[in-house]
Amino acid sequence: MKATYREAVRSALRDALLSDPRVFLMGEDVGRYGGAYACSHGLLEEFGPDRIRDTPLSESAFLGAGIGAALGGMRPIVEVMTVNFSLLCLDQVVNNAATLRHMSGGQLSVPLVVRMATGAGRQLAAQHSHSLEGWYAHIPGIKALAPATADDARGMLLAALREPGPVFIFEHAALYPVEGELDPAAGAADITHAAVRRPGTQVSVIAYGGSVSKALDAAQQLAGLGIDAEVIDLRSLRPLDDATILASVRRTRRAVVVDEAWRSGSLAGEVSARIMEGAFYDLDAPVARVCSAEVPIPYAKHLEDAALPQVAGIVRAVQDLVGSPRG
Amino acid sequence: MATTVARAPAVARDHALALLREMLRIRRFEEKAAELYSDGKIRGFLHLYIGEEAIAVGALQALSADDAIVATYREHGHALARGIPAGAIMAEMYGKANGCSRGRGGSMHLFDVSRRFYGGYAIVGGGLPIAVGLALADKLQGRARVTACFFGDGAVAEGEFHESLNLAALWKLPVLFLCENNRYAMGTALERHQSQPDVHLKAESYRMPAEQVDGMDVLAVEEATRRAAEAVRRGDGPRFLELLTYRFRAHSMYDPELYRTKEEVAHWTERDPIALFETRLRGWDLLRDADLAALERDVDTEIAAAVADADRGPWEPVADLLKDVQ
Repeated sequence: MKATYREAVRSALRDALLSDPRVFLMGEDVGRYGGAYACSHGLLEEFGPDRIRDTPLSESAFLGAGIGAALGGMRPIVEVMTVNFSLLCLDQVVNNAATLRHMSGGQLSVPLVVRMATGAGRQLAAQHSHSLEGWYAHIPGIKALAPATADDARGMLLAALREPGPVFIFEHAALYPVEGELDPAAGAADITHAAVRRPGTQVSVIAYGGSVSKALDAAQQLAGLGIDAEVIDLRSLRPLDDATILASVRRTRRAVVVDEAWRSGSLAGEVSARIMEGAFYDLDAPVARVCSAEVPIPYAKHLEDAALPQVAGIVRAVQDLVGSPRG
Repeated sequence: MATTVARAPAVARDHALALLREMLRIRRFEEKAAELYSDGKIRGFLHLYIGEEAIAVGALQALSADDAIVATYREHGHALARGIPAGAIMAEMYGKANGCSRGRGGSMHLFDVSRRFYGGYAIVGGGLPIAVGLALADKLQGRARVTACFFGDGAVAEGEFHESLNLAALWKLPVLFLCENNRYAMGTALERHQSQPDVHLKAESYRMPAEQVDGMDVLAVEEATRRAAEAVRRGDGPRFLELLTYRFRAHSMYDPELYRTKEEVAHWTERDPIALFETRLRGWDLLRDADLAALERDVDTEIAAAVADADRGPWEPVADLLKDVQ
């Protein structure tokens, strides 16, 4: 059936709440308001205030409380309104959620799921538009997922709830109203593999989250220009599925990495380094990157558009690569 | 605080000797740890609890085995008072695989889930939200248990303190907040880091019943904790105790103590919780020289055995470095 990304998240939340009494959702405005992005609309009425728990604006306390509740036998889902706000609870994420299992010699595990919106594109300016998921992907002890489709928005949340450790899900805010195919009966998704969203032979365009649809649009345009591009959706940002990335690049011999975060110190840099380490002699050209401009994301529409990776920029990067001296 | 010598003992002899023994265990353990630090057996940061023993001992005596404990990086005393074997704690401080955290945590990160000891947290204030969550899990699952959360006066300036108190009070969670006010946030005196140095008043602003207690008086700590824990267990919501105490030793082994005077330290060591308690017990004729000698002998034996456990313990194989990450 057709469903929006938002409906997919909601269907996963509802199924999880129905199937496991240990699951509860907490965060700012998840209850009466129905969720800042309406992902939990109607759930308060169905499950009550103990399980759909509105919190004060205390990111550190409620994220930490999620860790504590997970230690205490619950399966909390914590919603942080956006990745920008998650900076207020980074202490709990980095110093507690990610460390407790290892630091306790394996005695503790933290089965916590944290969802948050990420990304730009809606003229929300420099405190609501950043893509900081790459920072999370830096941290051993957590998993970081980025669903790009409605199916993944549902299946990844269900999969995350089955993990023994903390899982962070980054939902691109521009995707919530986007419709896609959804199997409402599908269970947990595979969260260990990247996906080939479009097979191709001449270049691998590697993207995740909100950039996947842009990569697919670019591939469509490139087909018209006689260039056959493969599109890889990373899906899991930590751990990265090196095998799928390298297998694709070995076939196509060229790679463009698309990342809505800033280039410096980015996940795109990490993917690029892994390609260099694992497939250097298979490459016909240096790995290229299409990232956001190194500025706080501006409000004005034309400036915001100019700051973010766009289809035209991806097409241009691929053309440059395919037309490079050894191409 | 006026000290009155009651004619009738306020405590049964067996219990009194048990409390004294627990405080002596911590004192001697810490003295030995300082010595082993100088010998290079213990490395990293080492924060000693000497001077504050009455709090861990009094509070933990008043809690049940199924209550949860969340502590700080100055938590050897709480771990010992909780019943984690001294050998497992010492081995942890050596970094050995028979340590209570397999040598991954060290002095600041002691864990023992079987005793519901949920760890030493070394980011000041970072343990409070965890305690709130453990209590939330108990409340949601209908269990009448207490989560006791220890922290220092330094934590009171952190946002996590205020967020956690508000959340616990708002949701009526079974948390017992135990502020060990030793008057210093590392080297910064209470009056230099708090606009309102009466810490318990902050809890009251969250409508949380709070009390200030003489943290040098083990019986007072035990009694106040018992009352507060009973209220929490009944479902009355969180309680807050501010326990007034003093750290006799440096903040950590690196601290040259430039921020306080010898006179101030001397003033507080006159209120040594162990000496105070011994004096009271002798006044009640509950403690004789032979009792004390026997206690000291037992404690020495236990600590010697703990050091031997740590010395003999194996190192975790480097091949296991990445175990238990995800």
